[in-house]
Amino acid sequence: MITIQGKGVSTGVAAGPLYFYQRAKGAFTRHEVEDREAEWLRFKEAQAKAIEQLGELAEKARAEAGDEAAMLFETHQMMCEDLDYEEAIEGFIKEQGLNAEAAVTDAGVIQAEAFAAMDDEYFKARSADVKDISGRIVGILMGVVQGGIDSPVPVILASDDLAPSETVQLDKSKILGFVTSGGSGSSHTAILARTMGIPAIIGVGDQLKEEYQGRDVIVDGGTGSVVLDADEDTRARLMKKRAEILKRQELLNQLKGLPNVSKDGQEIRVYCNIGNPEDVHAVLENDGGGIGLFRSEFLYLNCDDYPSEEYQFEAYKKVLSDMGGKEVVIRTLDIGADKMIEYFKLPHEENPALGNRALRICLNRPEIFKTQLRALYRASAFGRLSIMFPMVASVWEVREAKKMCELVKKELTAEGIPFSDEVDVGIMIETPAAAVISDRLAKEVDFFSIGTNDLTQYTLACDRQNNDLGRFFNAHHPAVLRLIKMACDNAHKEGIWCGICGELGADLELTELFLSIGLDELSVSPRAVLPLRQKVRETQVRVVREKLLADLLRDKNEL
Amino acid sequence: MKTFEYTITDPVGIHARPAGLLVKEIKSHAGSAVTITKGEKSVNALKLMALMQMGIKQGETITVSVEGGDEAATAAAIEAFLKANL
Repeated sequence: MITIQGKGVSTGVAAGPLYFYQRAKGAFTRHEVEDREAEWLRFKEAQAKAIEQLGELAEKARAEAGDEAAMLFETHQMMCEDLDYEEAIEGFIKEQGLNAEAAVTDAGVIQAEAFAAMDDEYFKARSADVKDISGRIVGILMGVVQGGIDSPVPVILASDDLAPSETVQLDKSKILGFVTSGGSGSSHTAILARTMGIPAIIGVGDQLKEEYQGRDVIVDGGTGSVVLDADEDTRARLMKKRAEILKRQELLNQLKGLPNVSKDGQEIRVYCNIGNPEDVHAVLENDGGGIGLFRSEFLYLNCDDYPSEEYQFEAYKKVLSDMGGKEVVIRTLDIGADKMIEYFKLPHEENPALGNRALRICLNRPEIFKTQLRALYRASAFGRLSIMFPMVASVWEVREAKKMCELVKKELTAEGIPFSDEVDVGIMIETPAAAVISDRLAKEVDFFSIGTNDLTQYTLACDRQNNDLGRFFNAHHPAVLRLIKMACDNAHKEGIWCGICGELGADLELTELFLSIGLDELSVSPRAVLPLRQKVRETQVRVVREKLLADLLRDKNEL
Repeated sequence: MKTFEYTITDPVGIHARPAGLLVKEIKSHAGSAVTITKGEKSVNALKLMALMQMGIKQGETITVSVEGGDEAATAAAIEAFLKANL
């Protein structure tokens, strides 16, 4: 068993033989051949192969669409052995000693030009037929497989990366999944895979060896792993996962387009957390109602120096326009602690979780903050933007950040750059301080979004990165849940909305409680949207509310 | 040599499909060479692309000459083909 690790860009699990995409090695060269007779025979073989292929296509067309459809390919067959065409090729090869690829191409050009010069539209268009058959014969001469796949059974298609024209011509019925050594999440291979709903793994590099051709392989687009000759346990595990994914797919089809509303009519917005503009497709695919947390850090992590306003603007604009008017909450820079960036040259801290991070950096280094806010406001003209500040502990911090927003808006107005007047500004509630003074903070902003990961770590004094804390790190701790309720109640008193964008939002054990508390929004990973929707739709809030809120007053572990 | 004239009735003229079928038809009559003439230009009717490139249109009259093999039978078969297809 060999496991190769890449980056999954389209989810799903598939198993099948690994097959390397067959393509010509670049363009052919034009040269003189030594043995003209042998070259002529090489042409005749390719011609015969082309006629055979066209015969197969004709039969396929006949079976699918009748005699008329088959006739096109039969005519092409005859064109392949047209006397003038063949004579010209023969002359180029036998008299001039030209290689077959060049001879076929030149003879094709002569015929194509003759058709193109005719005064009738129908006959002019026949020049494309000539080019088509010449292309087919040249392809055969160069060892190209039509459509890149010559396999009787569907395969896991392997390649370096596929060009757009190649993805178009692929025989889709023959592909179970993709593995590429290069590529990016927005490459055509990735896009095609997501459209087809099959797994794709990119960037496996030179671990992908042509000698693996035909070996049994299982790909997991969720984890990005490619397993060759899987042992029994691995196969069983992955096949089980495959079954679960298919079940999820079924769920998706049933729940797509339905509202997130409980049995007794209470509605909650289910949004998505994303970290990358490419994740938008997953949001839409899973029917997310908006984006509740777009982590802007990726922009900073992808660069070797501070990302420019223009660069950020393009990224925000793309997400906003791709979301087509649905709300997108973008969180301003949240680095420090576990996410360090070299060029920020932040001094080493003994206790970075409690150190100079997130909004604190932004307020201390306003030039960085201002660049981001300018990019954000400029992008606001292209969709429905909300801006969110992380790591707030005091009212003054929010006021100072808002002042910067005002300054940016004034600048943009003076420069005549358009932006939306309806950008909401909110904060994350992730410090116990913010939750405790949420009554005051609610007067300053348009919404709260509770970051339960940090809120839990700070409330329970448990480092979230420390795996040894186990049972002490209890995200269901009543202290955390009460702070959530406190923030939500205070938000509602001021008429603003309150949501959760931490991991807890997707915790189905807590969905009933969150509905009982009256949270307005849950922002979860795209994959969690539909299971959450299902849970919401099964819940009768009236029935569970009283007991669940009473439970908040004690710890389950006390019972 | 056997010769006859025929006026094309097909709206597109001698296009790919009937031209292809005509080539097939001629091939089935071994030993006969068929020439199609329009005005000054003549073409061996087995040369599919050249035949198409004559651009023979509806209402135009062609002369068909058959030489060799069973000329009478070939000419009759081709005339029947033209009536049925062109």
